[in-house]
Amino acid sequence: MSDAITAEGLVKRYGDVTALDGLHLTVPEGTVFGLLGPNGAGKTTTVRILTTLLKPDAGHARVAGFDVVRDAALLRAHIGVSGQYAAVDDHLTGAENLEMVGRLYHLGVKRSRRRARELLERFDLADAADRPVQGWSGGMRRRLDLAGALVAAPPVLFLDEPTTGLDPRARASLWDVIAELVAEGTTVLLTTQYMEEADRLADRIAVTDHGRVIALGTADELKGQVGGDRIELSVTSAADLETAGRALAPLAVGDVQVDADALQVTAPVTGGAAALTTALGRLAAERVTVRDAGLRRPTLDDVFLSLTGHEADAETKETVR
Amino acid sequence: MNALQLAVADGMTIARRNALKIRRAPDLLGGVVMLPIVFVLLFAYVFGSMISLPGMSYGEYLLPGIFVMTIVSSAQITGYTLTQDLQKGIFDRFRTLPMSPSAVLTGQTVADVIMNLTSVVTMALVGLAVGWRVRSSPVEGALGFLMLLLFAYAFSWVTATVALSLRTPEVFNNVATILSFPLVFLSNAFVDSTRLPGPLRVVAEWNPVSTLVQAARELFGNTSPAMPVPDAWPLRHAVPVSFAWSVVLLVVFVPLATRLYQKAVSR
Repeated sequence: MSDAITAEGLVKRYGDVTALDGLHLTVPEGTVFGLLGPNGAGKTTTVRILTTLLKPDAGHARVAGFDVVRDAALLRAHIGVSGQYAAVDDHLTGAENLEMVGRLYHLGVKRSRRRARELLERFDLADAADRPVQGWSGGMRRRLDLAGALVAAPPVLFLDEPTTGLDPRARASLWDVIAELVAEGTTVLLTTQYMEEADRLADRIAVTDHGRVIALGTADELKGQVGGDRIELSVTSAADLETAGRALAPLAVGDVQVDADALQVTAPVTGGAAALTTALGRLAAERVTVRDAGLRRPTLDDVFLSLTGHEADAETKETVR
Repeated sequence: MNALQLAVADGMTIARRNALKIRRAPDLLGGVVMLPIVFVLLFAYVFGSMISLPGMSYGEYLLPGIFVMTIVSSAQITGYTLTQDLQKGIFDRFRTLPMSPSAVLTGQTVADVIMNLTSVVTMALVGLAVGWRVRSSPVEGALGFLMLLLFAYAFSWVTATVALSLRTPEVFNNVATILSFPLVFLSNAFVDSTRLPGPLRVVAEWNPVSTLVQAARELFGNTSPAMPVPDAWPLRHAVPVSFAWSVVLLVVFVPLATRLYQKAVSR
């Protein structure tokens, strides 16, 4: 299996701001790569470089065998891009939008027209196909934008925060579509702020922060990096919350997180169910009323917090000082 | 297909898109069809009934001026749509497609010629209904319309350049209005420039809009021996100078707009 996307040491600066600070990544053909990070981590800049919209200040990248700078014009026939906000024409109908994209991929008039209908059907937009996009819902526009990226059936697809701003139902339906594409063998690079999205769609995930990849692996590997299981319990009062936090501290292998709003305590532990029993024993001894308690595998949220959260904290403290 | 054929085909695809947009957008369509009709009727009846000129009707003197005014004001649609597209990220999509990069601007400006043709034909028909006539030969009349459309095309590139350097629709609209008003009104479009006071007269006589209006009057035969042509050089040679203006505008602003487009989209 060869690599569909490789990026080596990508650097991009905007004045004093370094958007990308030597970013590396490799995406094998036919896999989904998730670029996960907060706003300003450099996700969109990475996508813009890989899709020939921006030139990197340093480093180089290849997509589908083409250099993104030197072979930019050739590469464009082999990629599809769907952006953060739906780049569709309000005054054109759904069919006209896709036909236009087909013609600009040089598919010819007939094939463009046929392909537009196929995609509208597939994305459940056939009923609205001949209405101007102006009156469409946000979810429908996103699906149309994604359909636009697929007009030429490109082997490599870039999805920049495909579901940001969508309601949960529209998001779930878009996820189904993306999962289908992947099943057909398309290589996908996906950026997202949602752990759930990366967890569900991506084979491998790169956590980015300040323009660098700070962790890389499958969802399970990343979860493994932040330790084993977690005890998560909720209590009934704020006073109990503090006591519970103190009682669990000796058992935890990392920091105990206390969520005052949800009255919830989370502690990373080793030892599985035995640890939970010990914890409950300690809480009973301290006379803490436990409303709910459980042992769970770490989520990507935990990964994200432990990898980027600490750095962000450290930075805040520095500026305070 | 070779690169040039591809560029033409892509330009046509974009032109088709923009033409569809104008047809579907009531605000743009109003500017293209309704406004010219209102202009012709309003000016012909309101001013036409008040102002008299030696040897000809004011309405006939006026219509070439209204043609030119409409062309100058509808060129703003070029800039307005460009700034809107810039904001919406649609150019990003275009730039990730294997299309010819020049097609965006050529398509836009070609669509605007189609739009201008619609405006001019509308105005000519309404003009004929209120008594305007082409009093020269059919060939000269046709040359007159051709000259207007060529200037319209060249002027679209000027507004495209302004739009691409200003980038937002709101700012563009304000600037375009501020610039286009004096351009049209400090000319011979509505008044006899020889009767303007000293410095204003000089400005009006060297204003390219005046040259174009004078050329249109000559080609349509809307002139009167009782109203001699001013002494200013561009007005003495209005027809060739008008064509020259169009060529100069194209030579200067096509590369400028293209460069600004590359810069605007690659940030």
